[in-house]
Amino acid sequence: MCLAIPGKMVELDPNAAHLGTVEVAGVRRKVDLGLLEEDMPVAGDWVLIHVGFAMTKISEQDAVEQMNLLQMLGEAEQAMQEVRGYCVDESGEHERENLRPS
Amino acid sequence: MRYVDEFRDPELITKASEEIYRLADPDRHYRIMEVCGGHTHAIYRFGLKDVLPSNIELIHGPGCPVCVLPMGRIDDGLAVAKNSDVIFAAFGDMMRVPGTHGSPFEHKARGTDVRIVYSPADALQIARKNSGKHVMFFAIGFETTAPSTALTLMRAKAEGIKNFSVFCNHVTIIPAIRAILDSPDMRLDGFIGPGHVSTVIGCRPYEWIARKEGKPVVTSGFEPLDLLQSVVMLLRQLRAGEARVENQYKRVVPWEGNRAALKAMADVFQLRPYFEWRGLGFISQSALKIRDEYAEWDAEQRFPIPGTRVTDPKAAQCGEVLKGVLKPAQCKLFGNECTPEHPIGALMVSSEGSCAAYYNYEHRKAAAMVTSISSVA
Repeated sequence: MCLAIPGKMVELDPNAAHLGTVEVAGVRRKVDLGLLEEDMPVAGDWVLIHVGFAMTKISEQDAVEQMNLLQMLGEAEQAMQEVRGYCVDESGEHERENLRPS
Repeated sequence: MRYVDEFRDPELITKASEEIYRLADPDRHYRIMEVCGGHTHAIYRFGLKDVLPSNIELIHGPGCPVCVLPMGRIDDGLAVAKNSDVIFAAFGDMMRVPGTHGSPFEHKARGTDVRIVYSPADALQIARKNSGKHVMFFAIGFETTAPSTALTLMRAKAEGIKNFSVFCNHVTIIPAIRAILDSPDMRLDGFIGPGHVSTVIGCRPYEWIARKEGKPVVTSGFEPLDLLQSVVMLLRQLRAGEARVENQYKRVVPWEGNRAALKAMADVFQLRPYFEWRGLGFISQSALKIRDEYAEWDAEQRFPIPGTRVTDPKAAQCGEVLKGVLKPAQCKLFGNECTPEHPIGALMVSSEGSCAAYYNYEHRKAAAMVTSISSVA
């Protein structure tokens, strides 16, 4: 639950000021940028994401190391499951497999 | 040294370990508490105890928001979920936590509409897409997560979404640390401070621990090198008789915290006069309640909440393990009645619980050793 997931900003949502698309290991999802409103990230920035919200900006180096860390902790799969599960702009439903608790 | 070569910067890790051995006074027994469950998990996963001298004892703190929630609050949330038009939404970590009549997952198997979400924003989205139902988000977490719940409530209010509420169980870390320090059972020399909570609250809130209690605090990252460097920094202070707050996790934690996050929390939440914590009892001003301006989105104002108070099973020693008074293996139920497959308390279920961490790494390792020894004999 204290997963901090590194992601790269792809673009800000033109229709919703507080949303932006991030990419995490090839998976793209919208996350809420409201906690960074004082220093909004732009495309190309890296952020640490926690429960679907960007918490802070980080360097690309830190992002790579954070992903390695998640691997070492055995949490990389859980992190990807979480990212795939974010659906703030979609149906709100998850695939059947996500309903199985980890 | 086990696994060192798998880690980034093995030479730096070796150097840090050597520095720890050099700094640790052989006539002293150091008791350092890592507050955050994520650090507990990392310490076990990386086998860091093997890298430390035997006179440095790491004590596991109560920084696991699932673990410190008393069973009664889970029962209360599930009581609301019994309504056929309520969707109970919570993080995956909550799903297997035992309530008196089963975990949320077990309730799901019996027909309650229970859904895993990975974000409070997703719970709100389910509400948008299911106007005939009411979505109740069972919110847990320390200050790392509370701002996200706060923003979600702000969005719900701004959009006028009526079929959404939050059952708020957010707790704050400082009162828990205070309760630990006030406890007569606990003698500690210093703290490894939380990593992600600190990205929100910054480092200032820990200053009273150093100034008033005379204990050094080092906020730490989660890599093996981060944790070992934090121990080095603590030992340097202890050796010099100093007590300060230091930030080892500078690359992520800003000293002043995240202002937008702190503002969102202040706008949406207020402190409850007191809240019951598993193991620590009632602690004043330690938990968040939704402000009256958001009463419409407060599950405790929209639904009758039983207010169940449930004590843990007598034999379970969850409270003492949470306080750091007992190690997980010292609980009588550990490994027998209580395992990750059939947990008695939340510490065995949650990814940040010290019992689960100990069981998955140390216990399995010890059991494997016994098996391998007996197969050779």
